[in-house]
Amino acid sequence: MSTPALDTVANAIATPEREQPYAALGLRADEYARIREILGRRPTGAELAMYSVMWSEHCSYKSSKVWLREFGRRVSPEMTRHLLVGMGENAGVLDAGEGWAVTFKIESHNHPSYVEPFQGAATGVGGIVRDIIAMGARPVAVMDALRFGALDSPDTARVLPGVVSGISFYANCLGLPNIGGETWFDPVYQANPLVNALAVGVLRHEDLHLANARGAGNKVVLFGARTGGDGIGGASILASDTFSAGGPTKRPAVQVGDPFAEKVLIECCLELFAHGLVEGIQDLGAAGISCATSELASNGDGGMAIELDRVLLRDPSLTPEEILMSESQERMMAVVAPDKLEGFLAVTDKWDVETSVLGEVTETGRLVITWRGETIVDVDPRTVAVDGPVYERPLARPAWLDGVQADTAAALPRPASGSPELRAQALRLLGSPNLADKRWITAQYDKYVLGNTALSYPDDGGMVRIDESSGLGFAVATDANGRYAYLDPYHGAQLALAEAYRNVAVTGATPRGVSDCLNFGSPENPEVMWQFSQAVEGLADGCRELGIPVTGGNVSFYNQTGDVPIHPTPVVAVLGIIDDVARRIPSGWQDDGHNVYLLGTTALELDGSAWAGVVHGHLGGRPPAVDLARERALADLLAAAAHESLLASAHDLADGGLLAALAECVLRFGVGARVWLRDLCERDGVDAATALFSESTGRVLVSVPREDDVRFLGLCEGRGCPVLRIGVTDATVGLDVQGELVLTLEELREAHESPLPAVLGPVGGY
Amino acid sequence: MPTIVVEVMPKAELLDPQGKAVAGALERIGTTAVRDVRVGKRFELTVDGPVDAAVLEDVRRIAETVLANTVIEDVVAITAEESIVPGETH
Repeated sequence: MSTPALDTVANAIATPEREQPYAALGLRADEYARIREILGRRPTGAELAMYSVMWSEHCSYKSSKVWLREFGRRVSPEMTRHLLVGMGENAGVLDAGEGWAVTFKIESHNHPSYVEPFQGAATGVGGIVRDIIAMGARPVAVMDALRFGALDSPDTARVLPGVVSGISFYANCLGLPNIGGETWFDPVYQANPLVNALAVGVLRHEDLHLANARGAGNKVVLFGARTGGDGIGGASILASDTFSAGGPTKRPAVQVGDPFAEKVLIECCLELFAHGLVEGIQDLGAAGISCATSELASNGDGGMAIELDRVLLRDPSLTPEEILMSESQERMMAVVAPDKLEGFLAVTDKWDVETSVLGEVTETGRLVITWRGETIVDVDPRTVAVDGPVYERPLARPAWLDGVQADTAAALPRPASGSPELRAQALRLLGSPNLADKRWITAQYDKYVLGNTALSYPDDGGMVRIDESSGLGFAVATDANGRYAYLDPYHGAQLALAEAYRNVAVTGATPRGVSDCLNFGSPENPEVMWQFSQAVEGLADGCRELGIPVTGGNVSFYNQTGDVPIHPTPVVAVLGIIDDVARRIPSGWQDDGHNVYLLGTTALELDGSAWAGVVHGHLGGRPPAVDLARERALADLLAAAAHESLLASAHDLADGGLLAALAECVLRFGVGARVWLRDLCERDGVDAATALFSESTGRVLVSVPREDDVRFLGLCEGRGCPVLRIGVTDATVGLDVQGELVLTLEELREAHESPLPAVLGPVGGY
Repeated sequence: MPTIVVEVMPKAELLDPQGKAVAGALERIGTTAVRDVRVGKRFELTVDGPVDAAVLEDVRRIAETVLANTVIEDVVAITAEESIVPGETH
């Protein structure tokens, strides 16, 4: 193998006309021209490598930036009350009280998970956990929002088992509980699954760390795994096409992770933080060293000098371009004061973590990288990391939308009250893949490791105790209904927000912040860009109304098969705080003779519903109306009721409506209920099928012990919350909806629990 | 009955956590002779008839599609028992 000639800065100046493979690296002609303008010369191969990855959609947010600014524009003082670190850092940080803080973030790993499901999903978990470590926090829980094609498609059979075992492998090895998330099946995700990984960490306020490189003379240290040829499919184009025909073959674009190395890295970082040995820190994810050096320098004093030869390599044949672009996992970069370097190295040595001092922080305002003594990169780091291209992509409201919105599900035939058809449709709905039990997936995850898990799947949200002495804890839930967002992206995003918010509220926690993962098709498609802009505006307006901030997240574009984009899928994660996890509210019925109440009102809102999709194969109309003021009042009511321990259970109504909520309340602990719909139908002016299947928002099913009835009803009245008694729990029946349908516990179990194992095989661990 | 051996290794560029773990263990017990370790898989396929070109072609296809995940692994050798099949080298 011949060694490619080194493309130094001097060489770049001397050979201005040399052709460079910018297009193969994903840069447009005008972007390449801009790089030449910024530098006043052609970039070196190494500089081109850095710019091309950092100006990619994934790293630069070039299509989404103009819209993401909306989140900042709509921030109110109320939203920042508990915000310690907002958007732009590795992860957002919220005050949890008692001197504790919580950091959380959700991020996509969609494309890698399609190429190599196991490693793609595993490294997705690894990446998001490193974001949490970089904030100075100890990771304590993970969660995933997954979207696959139709349950019975061959594509799902290939992708789903790999993704699930990749997630379980990595997080189980790290010793982190997976506390929930959600899984949806829809043919639109065939050949484009979504794997959105969330991680939560906790820290004391004083332990907060930020990604910046301040203090000239401070050392820049790379530690963790060695750098290899993982995930640099693109960089090899530089090496092989431009510099030498006999260069390395195209490197694989996937990465392989090592969770045990990451576990050591977590403990090593926490010890470094505890001893105050770190000035600034950043994890290495997409764009590897290119990203870490340019971002750290941009966020700090602006200058950095790096000797790239000092990077410890797994494969000595790597070219400097490949080293800069490598996405090898389990690496971190820290800025360390010279007098603390010895202590730093002692800690990394103790943990057997390989460490190398690459260079130091300077005041030159330039990021200078040398290789074999020659300068191969000399750039203003802000031009790489911050001031990348920004596009105001054209928007076009899809012409088909009016037609789709006019096609309402209200026109579909609904089964008559008490008819056998009503019962049959109910069973079909409960056994549909999206409403069916997901234990085939969640049984592969550790849920209770670390011993602090208070709630997890199938509860509405996951809950983890932060402080053993006080019981302080957090709850987190993710949601997104792509069907709603397809019908109306603005309200679809708000519906995702409202549902995640409600899912946190029903646990008894008070929602405090949002992280979002916005999954869309190609931004170059004006219709997709319109959907995106609508979703962002909906989310920004919604957060303002709920008084909670977006703390960070991620945008994933180009999710499409051929020219067909996925449904817009704005996955929203809401995190809330609860003073004492002992006061959490269970999601199902456990005792006989409790009154069952429905909070909120029901309207004929079947557009985009599970019922319309499952029973009629229909998707049209407008999604259910969102009333965020009502959601807020409902959350306040639930927090107050939880505080006084008035509720025996609370369960959110969402896809599948009242029917799904009733069935899940029965199945959680095997205690059923006698339910009547007459009063509900009368009060809200709806028929039985609508009462059972409608997906009106702002509704929660609660059960209340008889002795707390009066206080509970007083609470509802005082807050003006519509409340209606619709049943009584009864351990001797399954689900008995009087005059409508009777389903035994066994029938419910069979319908709900058999669909996934029927296709994917037996559930592990059962 | 003849046996065909298929050897699969993780792609050279990718991290091999198993190999790294073994190398670490060797270092801990004081072995200095070994510089690096990579761990792969060996499959022994027993076939009914004689190993001819058609059978080998079949095995090659099986190796590339079932035995190896070619996104992250390479089939490095397919050998018939006792004799190295022409054209296949390590």
